[in-house]
Amino acid sequence: MTAELRRDLRLVADLVPAGARVLDIGCGDGMLLETLWREKGCDGRGIELSMAGVNACVTRGLAVIQGNADTDLADYPDTSFDMVVLSQTLQAVRRPRRVLEQMLRIGSRAIVSFPNFGHWSARWQLAWRGHVSGGGLVDEPWYRTANIHPCSIADFVDLCVRAEIAIERGWTMGRDGPPRPIRAGANLFAREAVFLLAQA
Amino acid sequence: MIDAAPRPAASGATTLDSHALPGPRVVLGVDAPLRLDGGAELGPFTVAYQSYGRLNAERSNAILVCHALTGDQYVVGPHPVTSKPGWWEAVVGPGKVLDTRRYFVLCANVLGGCMGTTGPREIDPRTGRRFDLGFPVITVRDMVRAQAMLLDHLGIDSLFCVIGGSMGAMQVLEWAASFPDLVFSAVPIAGSARHSAQNIAFHEVGRQAIIADPDWCGGSYADQGRRPERGLAVARMAAHITYLSEIALHRKFGRQLQDRERLSYGFEADFQVESYLRFQGASFVERFDANSYLYITRAMDYFDLARDVGGPLALAFQGTKTRFCVISFSSDWLFPTAESRDVVRALNAAAANVSFVEVQSDKGHDAFLLEEPEFHATLAGFLAGAAEHRGLARA
Repeated sequence: MTAELRRDLRLVADLVPAGARVLDIGCGDGMLLETLWREKGCDGRGIELSMAGVNACVTRGLAVIQGNADTDLADYPDTSFDMVVLSQTLQAVRRPRRVLEQMLRIGSRAIVSFPNFGHWSARWQLAWRGHVSGGGLVDEPWYRTANIHPCSIADFVDLCVRAEIAIERGWTMGRDGPPRPIRAGANLFAREAVFLLAQA
Repeated sequence: MIDAAPRPAASGATTLDSHALPGPRVVLGVDAPLRLDGGAELGPFTVAYQSYGRLNAERSNAILVCHALTGDQYVVGPHPVTSKPGWWEAVVGPGKVLDTRRYFVLCANVLGGCMGTTGPREIDPRTGRRFDLGFPVITVRDMVRAQAMLLDHLGIDSLFCVIGGSMGAMQVLEWAASFPDLVFSAVPIAGSARHSAQNIAFHEVGRQAIIADPDWCGGSYADQGRRPERGLAVARMAAHITYLSEIALHRKFGRQLQDRERLSYGFEADFQVESYLRFQGASFVERFDANSYLYITRAMDYFDLARDVGGPLALAFQGTKTRFCVISFSSDWLFPTAESRDVVRALNAAAANVSFVEVQSDKGHDAFLLEEPEFHATLAGFLAGAAEHRGLARA
């Protein structure tokens, strides 16, 4: 029983080595963790905010706690995971830098994906129409969105330099198609970015 | 092969004579007594238990249910004293969350209890007289050790799951800490790794109510043909409030009057909530022993897993392979979610396999005993996942 994985999660699943200890922050209904367990025998753990998500995970036999990235990462010992995953959540946490640092404290590597608010459509919306709507990168209007810390690829790379986090690899994703290795111009043309990070 | 034990008959008896109670009981600690945390030795002693379902050939499908302070081994009813349904009838049975067609469900009356297991109202074999206050003070760990001896006696050398709410959750955590290799999965519900100051305070109110009852007679009321029913009822009334939530009490009773149109301007039970509490107190004394109440509340007060291991709580779970599912209820103010989170934090620090859910419920601490679909869904899901990892056959 392997349902189709979201393509960014498929990329993550391919990056994680077999048998790795994985922490998935914001694991939703546990699709990634279940895939990692079934395909690669990974020992996965999850953190999820919603009760429905946690229940879905527990029902799949996954080890998931109800919690959030801002408060619950501090409990884990150093290097207790091989890989820590944060998918499409960085822009919604209260202290993104702290979360990234915690991820690389408890994991040897981290995978982070986020919508790139430097995409031309977001720029167009703001520059010409005067709207901070995110240019269709996110579904919700500004007053309802959970995205309190939207960033661009350039912002993210800056933060990694500042926080002494090593970027090992990067990918971008458009509206469709598989992820592609990151190239020049990504900050303008990529809708989403995925980065593989390590302790510097 | 252990067959399902005979179900307790609906005797309708209102006696508290434990020897008339149905169900198996075994005598343990004959060769070597149980050395208690308090330093005393107990043995031989009796453990009364009930079982539901069938132990499989591999002996891998046993679930130990740990009961709460005033619970007992009659998980599924009818209860031999009250004739009411069992305390976890909502969860245990064929096709239910703890499916007795798939699992062998076992529950033993705790040490110090009054439903057949050795406690203060039983006869001390050394003196031939009732223990009463001569019964040694016991701890949650002592209860768990006694259960381990029972399992040994039954030839069950591993548990698929240990599960329980409230004081049952304390036993679950103690099991996981003391016998990690025996416990494949553990579900502490509405519990804590240590009894809080507020909870000790409530217990002390209950104990003092019993002790202040002239019929308590320094603990030897049975010899004098008396029973401290008023004190025990007051203890139960005070405790019962802590099991509910303000919103549950309000929804159930509000300020509605009991069988009357207007206030009595006296001290009768004008309000429905008073009448309800009086009923709770009165029916409790029918089935529970006052000295047992003293001893078991004391055991809960003494519970502090971190102190026992002499370090941070995580130390109690170091290297554990057990799969944990910690569950709390949002309106439980007796064992609030924060205390379950402390357990989860410690388990995470020990890199344990742990799931944690706070179930949204307005029913207070007692939610674990009630119809709570979200809770049952979590529990069923966790057990199904654990069973798959354990390689248990489906029902």
